[in-house]
Amino acid sequence: MMVKQSGHNHSAWMILLLVVLMALPVTAFAQESADARREAFQSMPGTQPDFWRDAMQGVSGRTQSNSPGADTLIMIEGERWREIRNQWISPGGAIALGGSLAAITLFYLLVGQVKLVHPRTGKRIERWTRWDRAIHWYVASLFIILGITGLSILYAKWFLMPILPTSVWGSVMNAAKNIHNYLGPLFALGVLAMIVKWFKHNFFTMVDLKWFAKGGGIVGKAHPSAGYLNGGEKVWYWVIVTVGLTVVVSGLVLDFPNFGQTRETMQLFLIIHAVASLILMAAAFGHIYIGTLGTEGAFEGMKTGYVDESWAKQHHDLWYEEVKHKSKQ
Amino acid sequence: MARMKFLCDSERCIECNGCVTACKNANETEWGIQRRRVVTLDDGEIGKEVSISVACMHCSDAPCMAVCPTDCFYPTEDGLILHNKDTCIGCGYCLYACPFGAPQFPKQGAFGARGKMDKCTFCAGGPEEDPVIEEQKYGANRLREGKLPLCAEMCSTKALLAGDAADVADIFRERVVYRGHRNSAWSSVEHEASDAEQLAKSAADLAYDATQSV
Ligand code: HEM
Ligand code: SF4
Ligand code: SF4
Ligand code: SF4
Repeated sequence: MMVKQSGHNHSAWMILLLVVLMALPVTAFAQESADARREAFQSMPGTQPDFWRDAMQGVSGRTQSNSPGADTLIMIEGERWREIRNQWISPGGAIALGGSLAAITLFYLLVGQVKLVHPRTGKRIERWTRWDRAIHWYVASLFIILGITGLSILYAKWFLMPILPTSVWGSVMNAAKNIHNYLGPLFALGVLAMIVKWFKHNFFTMVDLKWFAKGGGIVGKAHPSAGYLNGGEKVWYWVIVTVGLTVVVSGLVLDFPNFGQTRETMQLFLIIHAVASLILMAAAFGHIYIGTLGTEGAFEGMKTGYVDESWAKQHHDLWYEEVKHKSKQ
Repeated sequence: MARMKFLCDSERCIECNGCVTACKNANETEWGIQRRRVVTLDDGEIGKEVSISVACMHCSDAPCMAVCPTDCFYPTEDGLILHNKDTCIGCGYCLYACPFGAPQFPKQGAFGARGKMDKCTFCAGGPEEDPVIEEQKYGANRLREGKLPLCAEMCSTKALLAGDAADVADIFRERVVYRGHRNSAWSSVEHEASDAEQLAKSAADLAYDATQSV
């Protein structure tokens, strides 16, 4: 029997993260608002050159209207926002999510599941407390719901709209939007709790450096040592802290448009929210794969709270020793 | 096929807000919703002040339509951009893409959540069979009655024109020709006549050309 090690799944994760990062195009360009200019030329001709210069630079004037931004005749940023969202984020996100799934599938076909090297001893070790699991599954379920509803806002008009009657389509999208908007803040609370609860496990040590140096086990035969969490898991934690909080903060800015955010602010935060959440989803695919199909015996840990002794020894040897030592005392 | 367009002649607009009032009256829009507005640039600066009446321009390649997550906009055969409030989710994307700040939102629900988007329909109503419901949801459908938008009809100086783009552009070209030189009857602004006229003429040509392509 071929000996497979848990490092494989973590490298899988690294590979797909790389794919995702490469697939997401950098959005750096400036485009003139050609269409706005044409529309404006056509509908407000005969103005002086000075005026045009001002209007095309989005200069504000005076108006009796109280709508936010109403004093600006032409909001020139709209054209570029449209391009970034439709030309870059939309296809970029599809490439990132598709690429992530493809990379995982390929990895699964090439390497397969990481099996337990030694048979189960039947002795079970507690790994995740009731609280840990509650937080994990709370965040995970909200993440999936927010992901599906968010992706609907971004993509559903391409595949769902053509097959649904207009009235059903309208209700589905209204539900998606409301669910997304109301569950968002609840997700934020969960993520915060998770970050606080697991903070203490996630400092990088020399052990993690060696773990990375061995590519999580893919380079060389020996399984690299790991404590309670291995290097890959710690990276995922810090991805949640950075990218996850970016999603949360940008989401909250969008969620409460009643603080007088300008259109330009909302454009920016929509771009940040979309890009960050797409990266997070693409990475989450990897996390989900490793935690379920990719590693024999990993899922039961988060489901029941307990892992088998053999699993602990194989994947988290230092932690296993620690637990054994403690229980002997 | 007609291609409906607005045209606001800045040399004539006197910032009376009559169009704004007319619109509100014709469409009985919700509290806080103002489909049309007048923007004055360089307010109070003699010789520079310019006012323009703006609402939805019914763009040819409409940015709102391109970004709407529910694709609730549809172009009519008159080249108008109308939308379906049943599918609108009030996300505000159309407002973020629109160069002219046309989409408006009633504040409904908790935490400033937006209600269904509302904007100028060129007084052409919306997608409802029943005229009563149509009027409640989208305002007047004057086009169906063979009338033009009320804002333009009520404009006291006829600065705001609405109608088939070719006709509207023709009227404007005629004006430019008559106004001719500096200090002519309607030209309230002293400026380098040659420059501005040249620009106005080319703008009028452009407007005219644009109508020929549809
Ligand atoms: C604190 C948590 C979150 C909040 C408050 C939040 C809020 C929002 C808001 C307000 C929008 C704009 C849509 C609208 O107003 O109708 C949005 C869009 C979106 N959200 Fe979230 N969200 C959160 C978390 C997430 C998560 C976890 C994901 C992914 C797993 C996600 C994915 C998306 C996507 C893909 C869009 C569409 C972007 C676009 O169409 O350009 N969001 N979110
Ligand atoms: S065309 Fe009608 S709806 Fe549009 S601004 Fe004028 S009055 Fe209002
Ligand atoms: S709402 Fe704005 S972008 Fe859409 S057609 Fe009207 S003016 Fe153009
Ligand atoms: S607010 Fe309504 S019309 Fe505007 S983009 Fe969102 S769904 Fe479309």
